[in-house]
Amino acid sequence: MSFLAAIGRIVLGVLAAIGQATLFALDTVSHLVRPPFYPRELASAVMQIGYFSLPVVGLTTIFTGGALALQIYAGGARFSAEAVVPQIVAIGMVRELGPVLVGLMIAARVTSSIAAEIATMKVTEQIDALVTLSTNPMKYLTLPRVLAATLVMPILVAVGNVIGIMGGYLVGVNRLGFNAGTYIRNTIDFLEPSDIATSLAKGAVFGFLAALMGCYYGMQSGRGAQGVGRATKSAVVAASVLILAANFILTELFFAA
Amino acid sequence: MIELRDVHKSFGPKQVLRGVDLTIGRGKSMVIIGGSGTGKSVALKCILGLIPPDKGLITVDGDDVTRLRQGSAERDEFLARFGMLFQGGALFDSLTVWQNVAFRLLRGSLKKSKDEAREIAIEKLRRVGLTPDVAELFPAELSGGMQKRVGLARAIAAEPEIIFFDEPTTGLDPIMAGVINELIREIVVEMGATAMTITHDMTSVRAIADDVAMLHGGKIRWTGPVAEMDASGDPYVTQFISGSPEGPIETVR
Ligand SMILES: Nc1ncnc2c1ncn2[C@@H]1O[C@H](COP(=O)(O)OP(=O)(O)O)[C@@H](O)[C@H]1O
Ligand SMILES: [Mg+2]
Repeated sequence: MSFLAAIGRIVLGVLAAIGQATLFALDTVSHLVRPPFYPRELASAVMQIGYFSLPVVGLTTIFTGGALALQIYAGGARFSAEAVVPQIVAIGMVRELGPVLVGLMIAARVTSSIAAEIATMKVTEQIDALVTLSTNPMKYLTLPRVLAATLVMPILVAVGNVIGIMGGYLVGVNRLGFNAGTYIRNTIDFLEPSDIATSLAKGAVFGFLAALMGCYYGMQSGRGAQGVGRATKSAVVAASVLILAANFILTELFFAA
Repeated sequence: MIELRDVHKSFGPKQVLRGVDLTIGRGKSMVIIGGSGTGKSVALKCILGLIPPDKGLITVDGDDVTRLRQGSAERDEFLARFGMLFQGGALFDSLTVWQNVAFRLLRGSLKKSKDEAREIAIEKLRRVGLTPDVAELFPAELSGGMQKRVGLARAIAAEPEIIFFDEPTTGLDPIMAGVINELIREIVVEMGATAMTITHDMTSVRAIADDVAMLHGGKIRWTGPVAEMDASGDPYVTQFISGSPEGPIETVR
């Protein structure tokens, strides 16, 4: 009985958290149309989230694209289908791995830093100070970060897709003996515009979720250094899980015929 | 005029404020004393609406402040009349010192040109005893006492009608504390501002206060003009002023 009660409590807790986070998301979005706006904060968030994430995005996707090519070649060889490497790398990167890997890297890099920064601001009364200076933290801190992440993530995903395919190409041409021209032609011919559109749409959704979780848990932070640590951990976990769950739902929505 | 009537606030099982009644007259300097952890900072934050009281009434010039909705235009207008020095300074560490001081002057209804805002910031820094060369530094590059003074400069930058100082002289050397005490007195006398100051420093109390209130056990234990403080006849106040370990205030709390 007490076991069931414990499960019930956890379920209720999760539901309450989802409800609160949803309200937080709606509140954030509502500030899109309510001035004042802080373009300077938005620009700095675009730099932080977009530009400075490029190295990490490039590194993760190039290795994954390369590994993917090796795996598909080895697996395909079992039923003499080695030739499909360019097509499968392209579709695997663009439809799934590009958005998901970039999303998870953003959860690690951006969600954590947003959560830690906002939580520290909360703990050191900087959020209170903002309010007393007639500045709404949702407009000044949350909206710029969430908007920036939603806008730049499709670009990061596009870059990740290209670099991932390039990783596959480098391995395909240099290790597996593919002809360079054929590899590129097969990739380009096979990809549909809808593959790319859905890939970028996934990116936007993941960016929104990643920044939102950082802000949400940061604003909710408990007191002291422990509060900051907890907020950061919860934000990264929640962002990662939400990104993977959203990926499943979006894949089901876009591709299940 | 600021009035608190029967204000209660608990955090979980911990009752911090248990019915605070206090009146601060317009243009008066009220000093709140009381042991650390008795809820002085919480009381200030309740007035500013940063912490919602569980029960009770808080009015500023007759208007109920707890009714103001978070983020509403009325609340922004209300807050624009206030300046607040937070106990820990609460400087924005992503902004330079002068951008912190001029925060309110760089955006919103009190917006001024960048050069003008910077000039005002440097003037306010001078008033708290800081030279113009700190203006371009970041808060993390300053000592604790300097951060406090930057926080003070930020609180007074927009010349508010009502100013709250949470432990303005804690962590300062005695000479700098004297400068700050004088500054607070000046702001009240010259600008006609209403000030509410939290302090443990009895020299500060005597220098700043028109009226004194002592918070103890979640209530205002004693309040009156500073001249009557020494002859209050209240054993709690007497013990606090003398700093004696002997008396009704528990030393383990
Ligand atoms: N946001 C908060 N959450 C939980 N407890 C708090 C919070 N703010 C203050 N407290 C508690 O309220 C009590 C009074 O705090 P405070 O007003 O800061 O004391 P002081 O009189 O020294 O300024 C302390 O015990 C503190 O732990
Ligand atoms: Mg305090």
